[in-house]
Amino acid sequence: MAILTFREAISQALWEEMERDPRVLIMGEEVGVWGGTYAVTKGFFDHFGPERVLDTPIAEGVIVGAANGAAMAGLRPVAELMTINFAFLAMDQIVNHSAKLRSMFGGQITAPVVIRAVGGGGRQLGATHSQTPDVVFAHFPGLKVVAPGTPHDAKGLLKAAIRSEDPVLFIEHATLYQAKGEVPEGEYLEPIGVSKIQRPGRDVTIVTYSKMLQVSLQAADALAREGIEAEVVDLRSLRPLDMGPVLESFRRTNRAVIAEEGWRSYGIGSEVAARIYEEAFDDVDAPIERVAQMEVPLPYNRDLEQAALPKADDIIAAVRRVV
Amino acid sequence: MATVVSMPKLGFDMAEGTLVRWVRAVGEAVEKGEILAEIETDKATVEVEAVESGTVRKLLVQEGTAVPIGTPIAVLGTPDEPIDSLPELAEGATQAAEQPKPAASPAPAPVAPPAQPPVAEASGRVRASPLARRMAAEHALDLSRIRGSGPGGRVTKRDISAALQTGTTPTGARVPSAPSVTLPPRPERDEVIPASRLRQAIGRRMVAAKQQVPHFYLTADIDAAQLVSLRAEANAALPEETRLSFHDFVVRASALALRAFPALNASLDGDKIVRYAAVNVGSAVAVEGGLLTVIVRDADAKALPTISAEIREMAFRARDGRVRPDDIEGATFTVSNLGMFDVDEFIAIINPPETAILAVGSVRQVPVVEAGAVVAGWRMRVTLSADHRVTDGAEAARWLQHLRTYLEHPVRLFL
Amino acid sequence: MASGNSKLDKQELLRLYHEMVLVRRLEERSAILYQEGKIGGFLHLYIGQEAVGTGILSVRRPEDRVITAYRDHGIAISCGTSARAVMAELLGKATGTSKGKGGSMHLADVENNFWGGHAIVGAHLPLAAGMALADKYRGEAGVTICFFGDGATNIGYFHEALNLSMLWRLPVLWVCENNLYGMGTAVERASAVSQIRQKAEGYGMPNARVEGMDVLEVRQAAEKALEAVRGNGPFLLEVITYRFRGHSMGDPERYRTSDEVQKYQANDPIGIFRRHLIEERKIKVEELDTEETKVEEEVEDAVRFAESSPEPAPEELFRDIYADPVVPQPDTGQS
Repeated sequence: MAILTFREAISQALWEEMERDPRVLIMGEEVGVWGGTYAVTKGFFDHFGPERVLDTPIAEGVIVGAANGAAMAGLRPVAELMTINFAFLAMDQIVNHSAKLRSMFGGQITAPVVIRAVGGGGRQLGATHSQTPDVVFAHFPGLKVVAPGTPHDAKGLLKAAIRSEDPVLFIEHATLYQAKGEVPEGEYLEPIGVSKIQRPGRDVTIVTYSKMLQVSLQAADALAREGIEAEVVDLRSLRPLDMGPVLESFRRTNRAVIAEEGWRSYGIGSEVAARIYEEAFDDVDAPIERVAQMEVPLPYNRDLEQAALPKADDIIAAVRRVV
Repeated sequence: MATVVSMPKLGFDMAEGTLVRWVRAVGEAVEKGEILAEIETDKATVEVEAVESGTVRKLLVQEGTAVPIGTPIAVLGTPDEPIDSLPELAEGATQAAEQPKPAASPAPAPVAPPAQPPVAEASGRVRASPLARRMAAEHALDLSRIRGSGPGGRVTKRDISAALQTGTTPTGARVPSAPSVTLPPRPERDEVIPASRLRQAIGRRMVAAKQQVPHFYLTADIDAAQLVSLRAEANAALPEETRLSFHDFVVRASALALRAFPALNASLDGDKIVRYAAVNVGSAVAVEGGLLTVIVRDADAKALPTISAEIREMAFRARDGRVRPDDIEGATFTVSNLGMFDVDEFIAIINPPETAILAVGSVRQVPVVEAGAVVAGWRMRVTLSADHRVTDGAEAARWLQHLRTYLEHPVRLFL
Repeated sequence: MASGNSKLDKQELLRLYHEMVLVRRLEERSAILYQEGKIGGFLHLYIGQEAVGTGILSVRRPEDRVITAYRDHGIAISCGTSARAVMAELLGKATGTSKGKGGSMHLADVENNFWGGHAIVGAHLPLAAGMALADKYRGEAGVTICFFGDGATNIGYFHEALNLSMLWRLPVLWVCENNLYGMGTAVERASAVSQIRQKAEGYGMPNARVEGMDVLEVRQAAEKALEAVRGNGPFLLEVITYRFRGHSMGDPERYRTSDEVQKYQANDPIGIFRRHLIEERKIKVEELDTEETKVEEEVEDAVRFAESSPEPAPEELFRDIYADPVVPQPDTGQS
């Protein structure tokens, strides 16, 4: 096992898949000469050449649109959106094309595209550059939405996404790039649509994903010091959503806290809580708690922004309310 | 204009009905649809609704009296209009009222409503988590006697566990769902219970059916894997009180199979066979003192949620002794399901003049062979009883094939 | 009449005539079926514009990809899709081009390199650029022919796609079918420049503007344009045409006068071509009538086929959502 950063894990996944399959191209803003605004594709342009690492104009509609078209014609493009906030400029291509082509044309046309998008708040970028709108994209059947929380899962899931026959939106939280974790040597894939227990515990189930996985694990460590053992279930994929491990865990602990970085209303927590109530009502021993972002556009000011984002203390307080 | 209310026909074989109770007295106003009286037939106690709004002017039949169907039993009208010249009252009615025939037994109606829940619970709901409620039911604990330690005094798992350890007495007030391990004491002498009218009627009809109808039986094992997953999927999207049962699916599937293959949707009438235009599927419902068949009319044209809701409501009324004539009259086919009692399979007796009845066992996980390997599969065993005077084995088998197609591809039941 | 006709022999001319008449009759028949309630949703007819699709696609090679907007019945026929499959899709049948899941606006026939009718205005232009990118990357000979209306040239996608195609020298023939109205809004009321080809100038893209009612003229222009595209990069061809019917069924047509419509109808592309064949190419009226009869039979056959085709099986509801069939999970109902 090597210790890699989240950034290195993603970079390795892309590199290995490009080496393996000549159909894989990378296209996006500053992915080539610059080496990626988050340095994920540093060195790719020199190694793979301008035919496979395509710097595009700042035009998200045609970035995702041309990636869709290239995927329709048999390539495996990886389109990079500098931030997920810019995905709204490509919303029509993602929602009306990537997610619909296969079904609308009776299976004749497919768009096995990967759209990498950098998301999340906490970097004082102001309201339009700090959003965590993951749930919006998870609403649409036909699209797969993946959001890993560890370097291990980031690498395995990105490789699986590139090999998938389906369109995948791959969300990378910007503040995770420096996170370190064990990554196996050599080839491995992680399955899309499979949740995973990242920390076992008997007293309460914390359901989370992406950046909030790391926050939840911190909260769980703190809770352990006061004798509360929290089990942390990482969804990893928002669509398809695998409730199996969540329900299995909940039936043991009978209590749950759902932690997400996005807004609470209509959020991941709403969905997961509803499904627990539907599937495991007779195992509910306390109301399910949701931890999420304050319902405001994120401000620039550091203290105000931090006040709006969910933190480990919020999770700890929610756990204390339910146990 | 005054209206005469007559003894309704509440079953194809009903000849007379006993007026159990007048709900409204002379001089009282009654709205259309309100309950006027309770009638007992040999199947059930049925409420008779007012067909018009008006004032009760005259009650023509005394409580406890049995009169033939069609006999005038009451007059509704405006408070002061003359009613003596109504042609319906010319004969018969007064006669029946004047010559009361005592009911065979003054015993209470066989399907009397169940006892009310304890007042304490009805007035002050105990705060308890769903898990605590389930655990209390499993251990026959009275939640109201357990002190809750959760927010607002909510009883939680922890409180139930503590109660079980300290041995808080089970009250037995709530009937546990699992069979009790403690047996009742041996009675001192034999108990003699008069057979209810319903019990007697069932007996007469089943004896006649078994003696007169040449039954034959076909059994099939249905692959229920898709049924299980589709039902779970559908129920995940439905509120708990409207969830679909396997029985609902079987009723809908039977109806569609009968529409596709009408040979079994028939009756023998002398030397003719009547194939019914309507597909009215009955469901056998256990009630106190026997069973009733509640009927979903035109079940082939109704969506599953509608079928489910109708059966649920009719079964509730049947168990509550408030069944309506339309609930129980006019089935062209019946489904009897004992799957909820973990019965694997059974054979049902045809309910004449229907031609067939389907007996449905439980949906169970069993080893099956798929592509040469033994794997876990879902199966449901059904047995069709059919009248050999109307149909025969090959024909009935073809109907079963239709049924199988629907049940094994249950998404079709939603279309 | 354009001189390009000299290259076509009599059989080819008759085939082109047959195709134009087939597109016309198929749509006239579908209008009736729509009014009978047998076709649902929207129905956008190509009637009046037939010379554009048939003319351009008469010089297309099999390796050339074709993609268009929602007014796609004629383009499908010219790509080689059978009238049966088109009609079955209009009726939502399992035998339709898209298994009954796409409908009028979403015909496709990948075997014939027809990549679909697309119903979000302008959204298929980036798809065309991407397909051309794939072909160029793999060194394949085919080009992508992308049809769109004048209305699509005011949306961002048009400009993003034209810019990218010129920047990367992608082999795309951009065909703007300028039928003078985007729905009910005249070009000059929606576009700052009334000649669409001027927009290509902004990207340094070679372009041309031609009349679109004479199929042979269109064909000749397409030949030249495609020659420019192969190996060199994109070209924008603006073709002036006119739709005789409303934007879709049920269009009240308050935005134009019946005099205007009649004026253009006098210029019917099929009538023009028929007169040319009789007067210039000395083809007998009877021979053309024979083609018309064949078309009538073909259309009726397509309707019979479509009407007798099965509805999609209920299980189809869950198919083709993802590569693996969607299996609703018992515990969540989620795919």
